[in-house]
Amino acid sequence: MAQIFHRSSNSLAKVSIAGTLLGLSGLVWAAYEINAGAFITNVAVAREQPVPFSHKHHVTDDGIDCRYCHTSVETSPFAGLPPTETCMSCHSQIWTNAAMLEPVRASFRTGQSIAWTRVHDLPDYVYFNHSIHVNKGIGCATCHGRVDQMPLTYAVNTLYMQWCVECHRNPEKYVRPREQVFNMAYEAPADQLEQGRRLVTQYKIQSLTDCVTCHR
Amino acid sequence: MEEERVATLDPGPDKVIGPGHDFKSVTEKIGGVVFMPFVRTPRQLFIGFAVAFVLVNLFLVAVTWLFARGVGVWGIVIPVAWGFAIVNFVWWIGIGHAGTLISAILLLLKQDWRTSINRFSEAMTLFAVACAGMFPILHLGRPWLAYWLLPYPNTMWLWPQPRSPLIWDVFAVSTYASVSFLFWFTGLIPDFATMRDSARQSWARKIFGVLAMGWRSSAKHWARYQKAYLLLAGLSTPLVVSVHSVVSFDFSVSILPGWHTTIFPPYFVAGAIYSGFAMVLTLAIPVRRWYHLEDMITMRHIECMSKVMLGTGLIVAYGYGMEAFMAWYSGNQFERFMYWNRAWGGHYWWTYVLLIFCNILIPQALWSRRVRMSVPAVFAIALVVNVGMWLERFVIVVTSLERDFMPSAWGRYYPTFWDIATYAGTIGVFLCLMFLFIRGLPAISMFEMREVVHHEEPSHAHGD
Amino acid sequence: MKEPKYWRSLEELQQSESFRRFAEDEFADRTPDWNDPASRRRFLRVMGASLALGGAAACTKQPKETIVPYVRQPEEFVPGKPLFYATSIMSAGLATGALVESHLGRPTKVEGNPDHPASLGATTPQMQATVLTLYDPDRAQTVTHNGNIDTWGNFVTALAAVRDVADLKKGAGLRLLTGTITSPTLAAQIGEILAAFPQARWHQWEPCGSHTEYAGSVAAFGKAWNAVYRLNRAARIVSLDADFLDPWFPGSLRYTRDYTAKRRDAAQNSTEAPRLYVAESAPSITGGMAEHRFRMRAADIESFAEGLVEGASDPRQHALLKDLEDHRGSSVVIAGRYQQPRVHAIAHLLNERFGNIGSTVIYTDPVEANPTDQVASLRELVAEMRSGAVEALLILGGNPVYDAPADLNFLEALQHVKLRAQLGLYYNETAEWCHWHVPEAHTFESWSDARAWDGTASIVQPLIAPIYNGKTPHEVLGVLLNQADRSAHDTVQDFWRAQHKGTDFSDFWQIALHDGLIAGTAFPEQAPPAARIPEATAASSGVEISFRPDPCVGDGTSSNNAWLQELPKPCNKMTWDNALWISAKTAERFNLGTGDIVELSQAGRKLRGPVWIQPGHADESLTIHFGYGRTRAGRVADGVGFNAYALRASGALWHGAGAQMKRISHGYSFATTQHTQTMEERDPFRLATVDEYRSHPDFARPEGQRVTKDLTLFPMWNYPKYKWGLSIDLTACTGCNACMVACQAENNIAVVGKEEVAKGRHMNWIRLDRYFSGPVDDPQMYFQPVPCMHCEDALCELVCPVAATVHSGEGLNEMVYNRCVGTRYCSNNCPYKVRRFNFYLYSDWYTRSLYGGRNPDVSVRSRGVMEKCSYCVQRINEAKIGAEKEDRPVRDGEIITACQQACPANAIVFGNLNDPESEVSRRKRQQRDYSLLEELNTHPRTTYLARLRHPNPDLEKG
Repeated sequence: MAQIFHRSSNSLAKVSIAGTLLGLSGLVWAAYEINAGAFITNVAVAREQPVPFSHKHHVTDDGIDCRYCHTSVETSPFAGLPPTETCMSCHSQIWTNAAMLEPVRASFRTGQSIAWTRVHDLPDYVYFNHSIHVNKGIGCATCHGRVDQMPLTYAVNTLYMQWCVECHRNPEKYVRPREQVFNMAYEAPADQLEQGRRLVTQYKIQSLTDCVTCHR
Repeated sequence: MEEERVATLDPGPDKVIGPGHDFKSVTEKIGGVVFMPFVRTPRQLFIGFAVAFVLVNLFLVAVTWLFARGVGVWGIVIPVAWGFAIVNFVWWIGIGHAGTLISAILLLLKQDWRTSINRFSEAMTLFAVACAGMFPILHLGRPWLAYWLLPYPNTMWLWPQPRSPLIWDVFAVSTYASVSFLFWFTGLIPDFATMRDSARQSWARKIFGVLAMGWRSSAKHWARYQKAYLLLAGLSTPLVVSVHSVVSFDFSVSILPGWHTTIFPPYFVAGAIYSGFAMVLTLAIPVRRWYHLEDMITMRHIECMSKVMLGTGLIVAYGYGMEAFMAWYSGNQFERFMYWNRAWGGHYWWTYVLLIFCNILIPQALWSRRVRMSVPAVFAIALVVNVGMWLERFVIVVTSLERDFMPSAWGRYYPTFWDIATYAGTIGVFLCLMFLFIRGLPAISMFEMREVVHHEEPSHAHGD
Repeated sequence: MKEPKYWRSLEELQQSESFRRFAEDEFADRTPDWNDPASRRRFLRVMGASLALGGAAACTKQPKETIVPYVRQPEEFVPGKPLFYATSIMSAGLATGALVESHLGRPTKVEGNPDHPASLGATTPQMQATVLTLYDPDRAQTVTHNGNIDTWGNFVTALAAVRDVADLKKGAGLRLLTGTITSPTLAAQIGEILAAFPQARWHQWEPCGSHTEYAGSVAAFGKAWNAVYRLNRAARIVSLDADFLDPWFPGSLRYTRDYTAKRRDAAQNSTEAPRLYVAESAPSITGGMAEHRFRMRAADIESFAEGLVEGASDPRQHALLKDLEDHRGSSVVIAGRYQQPRVHAIAHLLNERFGNIGSTVIYTDPVEANPTDQVASLRELVAEMRSGAVEALLILGGNPVYDAPADLNFLEALQHVKLRAQLGLYYNETAEWCHWHVPEAHTFESWSDARAWDGTASIVQPLIAPIYNGKTPHEVLGVLLNQADRSAHDTVQDFWRAQHKGTDFSDFWQIALHDGLIAGTAFPEQAPPAARIPEATAASSGVEISFRPDPCVGDGTSSNNAWLQELPKPCNKMTWDNALWISAKTAERFNLGTGDIVELSQAGRKLRGPVWIQPGHADESLTIHFGYGRTRAGRVADGVGFNAYALRASGALWHGAGAQMKRISHGYSFATTQHTQTMEERDPFRLATVDEYRSHPDFARPEGQRVTKDLTLFPMWNYPKYKWGLSIDLTACTGCNACMVACQAENNIAVVGKEEVAKGRHMNWIRLDRYFSGPVDDPQMYFQPVPCMHCEDALCELVCPVAATVHSGEGLNEMVYNRCVGTRYCSNNCPYKVRRFNFYLYSDWYTRSLYGGRNPDVSVRSRGVMEKCSYCVQRINEAKIGAEKEDRPVRDGEIITACQQACPANAIVFGNLNDPESEVSRRKRQQRDYSLLEELNTHPRTTYLARLRHPNPDLEKG
C-alpha cells in the first residue's frame, strides 16, 4: 500500500511542536506590546485641538508660569484649565485678529466654552489629586514631560497603573525639592537617590500603595 | 430477541470478553463500529443525538441571555450568592473522576477488566471536565475578565490572590483537563494506526494518519509506548485525589457552617468516584446494547463497577454521618443549627432526605448479587446515584448559605428557568460529544483488547 | 441577670391558624417568580434601559474625552473642590436648616446646618432625598395650558387678566389655596394681595399639618400657641401618641438630639437616665425607644390621658403619675398631632400641673403665618367653589385633588371654578384638573424664607438655576401684585431690608445668607393663661382606622423619590408599599393573614389594600399610611400602593371608628429587606437596665465570650499612623433611617426596584436590623445599624481570587470595583452579610438628568461587581490630603462619615483608634462595647455600645 504521507512530514511534525510553543508566546507578547503601544495609550500622539495651542511658545518663549493658567494645581485635585477670560487677558491686546484664535474670541463673545481634547485622561475609577503630588515635591515634568518644549501637547507616559505604582513604591527616585516643582528644565542630580531619601523623610512622603489611595 | 443476543453474547460475570474472539475479530468488531456506513448507525444514536443537540441550542440561548443581562437572570441573591452554577461545576468535575481512576489507578493495579471501558470513560472524563470548566466562567459577574484569574504579566502590576481556593481551582482543573487529554490521546495512538491501515477512503486514511503520528507498531514503538503510558498513569494518579480535594477547599476553607469542615476532601473524592462510576455505567449499558458489545463489556465489568459504587457509596455515607456527628459534637450553636436546618427545619429539607435515599439507601441493593447481575437494575441505580450526587452538591451549597450567622440577613434561593436551562444545556453538550465520540472513534481500546484475547485464550488468539 | 428572649416575629410564639399561612412561607413577602414578565416590566420602569450589554468590552482603549473650562470663572470657585451653601428644606411648611454640597454648581449632597436650631447638623431621610427630587426627570418641565405646552409669558398675561377683573370686583371670586405657610415674605405678599383685593380669600390645606396642635391650644387657652419642648431638661417624658422622634414631628431632629444626648450621657457618666412612657396604637420608633409602651387604640388614649388628670384608675397610670410627681418641672407630657384637640388640652393641663411650663415646655406665638383651622378653611373653599362663587383659583403647591379629605369631594367642586391655575413641582393629580400649570422651582432653585418649628426665620437660597425654568410662589404672586418682572431674590431681600433696623443691611444680609438663618428670630417665650379641658367628645367603639403619613414618603409630596420608596419602613422593613397594619389578635378575629387583600370600608367610602400583621399594634384598630396610590406622580410612584386619603374624613382627620373589612383575595407579596421572621437564640443585640449595668458592668461582653487577638495563624497587621474604627451606640440609635439615605446619597448607591428587593438584592450599604423581644402582641422593638465591620481578620479578603478586596494600611477593608470580577465568594464568606452585589446593571447609566446628583468622588458601579460600606473612604482621603498639605495629622472629628453626619442621635462615631483621646476610642473604652460574632475571631472595627434601659421599677415588676 502506498505511503499516505511524504517522508518530509516527519520533520514537519517535529517542527510543529516548537512552532506551537513559539506561536503562543508570540501572541501573548504581541498583545502586551499593543496594549502598551501608542494606539491604545496615545503616548507621543499630539491630539487634535480646537486651537493649536503651543505650550512651547507660551512657556519657553513668553515665560509664563504653569500656575498662571493651571491655577488650582496646588490646592485642588484638579489642576484647572484656564477660562477663556485668561486667554483673552492677553489676546485682547495681541494677535487680536489672528484667524487661529477665532475660536477663543468666539467663545468669549458667545459665552460658549472651548471644548479641548483631553491629553491626559485617567479612567473614571481612578481618583488623582494634583495638589498633594505638587506639595510633596513631584515636578510637573515628572509626569507630563517637557511640556515647555511641545508645540502641540501630547502625553509622554502611559498613565498605566504599573507606571503610577513604580513611583508610589519608590518615591525617592523621582521626588525633587518643592521649589523645583514648576521648573520644567530641572535635571535630577547625580545623587538623586540620596537626595530623594532625604526629601522623602523631610516631606514625610509615605509610599501609599493601598488600593483606596486611587480607587473608590 | 434482543434478550437472546444478550444471553448468547454475554460470557457472564467471570469473563471480560466473549468466547471465540481472536485479534482479527476484535479489531473488526470495534473498528467496524467506526467504519459502519452512516445509514446503518443504530436508530437510538440518531434519536439520542437529536435530543442532545436541542439541549445544546437551549444552552446557547441561556448563555446569550446571561451575558446580555447579567447573573441576575439566575436565582442567586444575597446571601445565597452561589447557586446552580457552582453545584453543576462540582457535579461535572466529580463525574470526570472515573476516567482517570479507571485508566490510571486500575492500570497500575493491573485490573484487566478496565480494558474495555477505559477508553470511553476517559472520553467521558474529558467531556465532563469541559462542561465543568464552563461554569466558573459563566458564573462570574464580569465573565469577560475571567483571564484575571491567570497569573500573567500585566500593566496593573497585579497577580491573582494566591490564598483564594478559587485560584487553586484554576490550576487543579486545568492540570487535570490537560493530563486527562494526553492520557486519552496517547491511548488512542495505536488504534488510530489500526484505523489508518484498515480505512478504505483516502481522506479517512489521511485523518487517522495524522492522528496516529506515524505509528508503525514497531517493537521499539511499543517499548517506548508502554513506558510513556505507565508514566502518564503515575502522573495522573495523584490528580485523581488532588482535583476534587482542591474543589472541596472552595467550601472547606470558608467559615460558613456546613462548608467549614475538614472531612470535605476525602468525602468529596469518594463522592466523585461514586458519581463517576455511576455515569460510566449510565453510558456503558446503552452503548453495549446498541452496538451489541455485550461480549466485550461483559457482566464482569458491570459487576465490578457496581462493587466500586457500593464501596465509594459507603465512604460517602460515612461522610454524611460525620457531618451530623460533628455538628452535634462540636457543641457550636451555628453548626448545630446548620444541620437542623439542612435535614429538618430548612426550606430545602426534602432535598436532603431525597439525597439520603439516592446516595445511601437505594444503592445498598447492590449487596445482592442478583441485583448486580441484572442490567436494568444496575442501570436504574446508576441513574439514581447521578441524581443523588447532584442533590448532595445542591444541599451543601444552598442550605448552608440560606441561613448562616446573622438571622437578619437570611435569605431564600429560588432557581429560575435560566438556571435549569443552563444545567440541561451542559448535559446536552456532554451527550453530543459522547455520541460523536462513540460514532467516530474506537470506543473500546482495540490493542488492549487484543492483549486481553492473548491472555484469555492464547490458543486461537491468532486464529487457526 | 435575666437574658431577654428575642424573637424576630411571630410564628414560634403564635400558633394560631391565621399565622400558619404567615409561617408556611417564612417569606411572607416572597412568592417564587420565574422571571414573570410583569415583574420585569416594573423593574425596567424603575431601572431604565438596563437591558444593554453593560460594559461588555474588556478593551481598555479610552474613548476621546473633551474638557470644558469656564468662559468666565466665578471668583470664590476652585475647580475640583466642592462648595457648601446654607439653605433650608421645608417639611409641611416648617424649615430645617441645611448645608448643601455643590460640585461645579451641581447640588450633590445635603448635610444639616450645625448653626440651625432645628437641625444642629443632623438631617432627616427626607432632607437627604431632596437631592434626588431636584434631578427627578419626572418633574414638571414646562408651563401647560389645558394640557398643552405653553409659555410663562402667556400665563402672566392670563393671570394679569384675572388681576384686572379682580381690580374691578375688589377680588371677589379670587381665591388662593396654599399649604401651611411660615414664610414671612410670602405671608407679607399675600397680605398685600388681600389688602388690594379685600374680597379675595386665602385658604390653606396641609394634609399632615398641625391642625390638632392649634385646635388643642385654642381649646385649652382660647388662643393658638406653639408648644416647644426642651427635652434636654426632661427626665420623664410622657408621649400621648406623640411620635416626636419621627421626621414628621416638628422639631424632631432637635428633640432626638436632646433626648438621646441625655440617654448617652446617662450611660457614659451614670447621670440619671431619662425615662420615656409612650401611649400609642401603631408601633413607632418613639415607641421603640420607650421604657414603657402602653398599647391602646388611638381613641382610647383620650380616656387614658383623662385618667392622668382625674387621678389614676389602673396601676400603670398610678406608677406614671407618681413618677411625674417625683419629677416636677423636669417632666413633660407631649400630645401627638394624631390625637384629638382635647388630648392636647389635657397635656397642657398636666404640664401646668407638674410645673413643667417654662422649664421643659415653653409656649410661643404660632409659627404659621396664619394658624387657622385649615379643615374649616378648606370646607369653606369647597362650598364656595360648588356654589360657583369662585371664579379664579390659584393653587400654590400642594395637591388637594389627591390629599383633601374624601368627604369634601374636592375634585367635583373644583370643576365649578372657571379659571384654575396651579404652581407645582410635579404635574400631579391636581395639575391634571387645572387650566394652567406652572412648574415650581425646587427648594435648591429658589429664593425664599421660612420659619423653623421654634420660629427661627431661615433663608432659602438657590444652588442652581431652575433646571426647568421653575417659578417660586413669590414670582407668581408678584404677577397679581403687578410686579411680574420682580425676581424672587429681590422680593425676599426687600422684605428683610424693610424688617432690618440699621444701616448695615448688606452685612446683615451676607451673614444671614452665610448662616442660613436670621439670628435671634426664634419666637420669645410667652406665658399662657391657665389651661382648661373642653367637654369630652362621644367615645367611639368598634374597629378604628388610624391615618399616618408614611414613615418614608410622608404625605405624598415625595412619593416619586425612589430613595424613599426603597427605604425600609423602620417598624416592618417594608419597601415600595403601604399596607393595612393590624394586630395579631384582630387579624385572627377577622381570619386575615399578611398578604391578604381586603376591601376596607368606612362611612360608605371604600379602598382595597393588602394586610400586614404588625407586632405591637393595638387590637381592634388598624393603621394605614398616606403617600401611596398616586396616579400622576411619575414613573416611580404611579400605581404603587393604595391611596389612604380615599378614606379620610374631614371630621376624623387622624382616626375614626366603624371600619369594615372584607377579604377579597390573598397572596399579595411585599418586598421587605429583612426576610427572616424568627430570631434564633443569638445575641447580636445586647441590652440591660441601668441597674443591671451597675451590678454587671461586663454584661455586654462576659469573660467567657472574649477572644484574644493572638488566635490566628496570620501575623496581625500593624497600623503605624491611623487605625480607623466606628462605634455605634445602641442606647442612642432610634432607627430613624437617616443614615441609610445619607449613605445612599453619598455613595451613589443604586435603586433596584420592588422585585429585586423582594429577592433579597437591595443595595443599602448600611442596613437597620430590627429585633423584637418580649410578648408577641406587645413586644419591645430594637434597632441595630449594620455597616461593613471592616474586620482585622477579614474573611472576604482571604477568598477573593483577584485581590479585589484587600486590607489597607489603616485597617480599612478596601473594595476595588474595577478589579472585581464578581465571583461573590467574599459575600458567601462574610458572616455579617454586609456585601451587596450588582446582579444587573443597577446604576442608571441612561437617565442623563440623574448624572448631576451623583457624588463625583465615588465610582458609579457597573454590572457584576461587589460593593459595600467603605467608611466613606473618599472623605478619609480628602481629610488626609488636607492634613498632609498642612503637614499635620488628621484631627479627631475632621473625618465624618455620611451616616455619622446625618445621625440626629449622635449614635455613630468614626475616628482614629490609635489616638486614645479620640471620641471613638473613648466610646470603645466603655464596658458596654461589644462586637458582633466576636467568637468568629474577625475582630471587627465596627463595634456596638449595648443599649441601656431605665424602666420604672413599679411597672417592671408587673
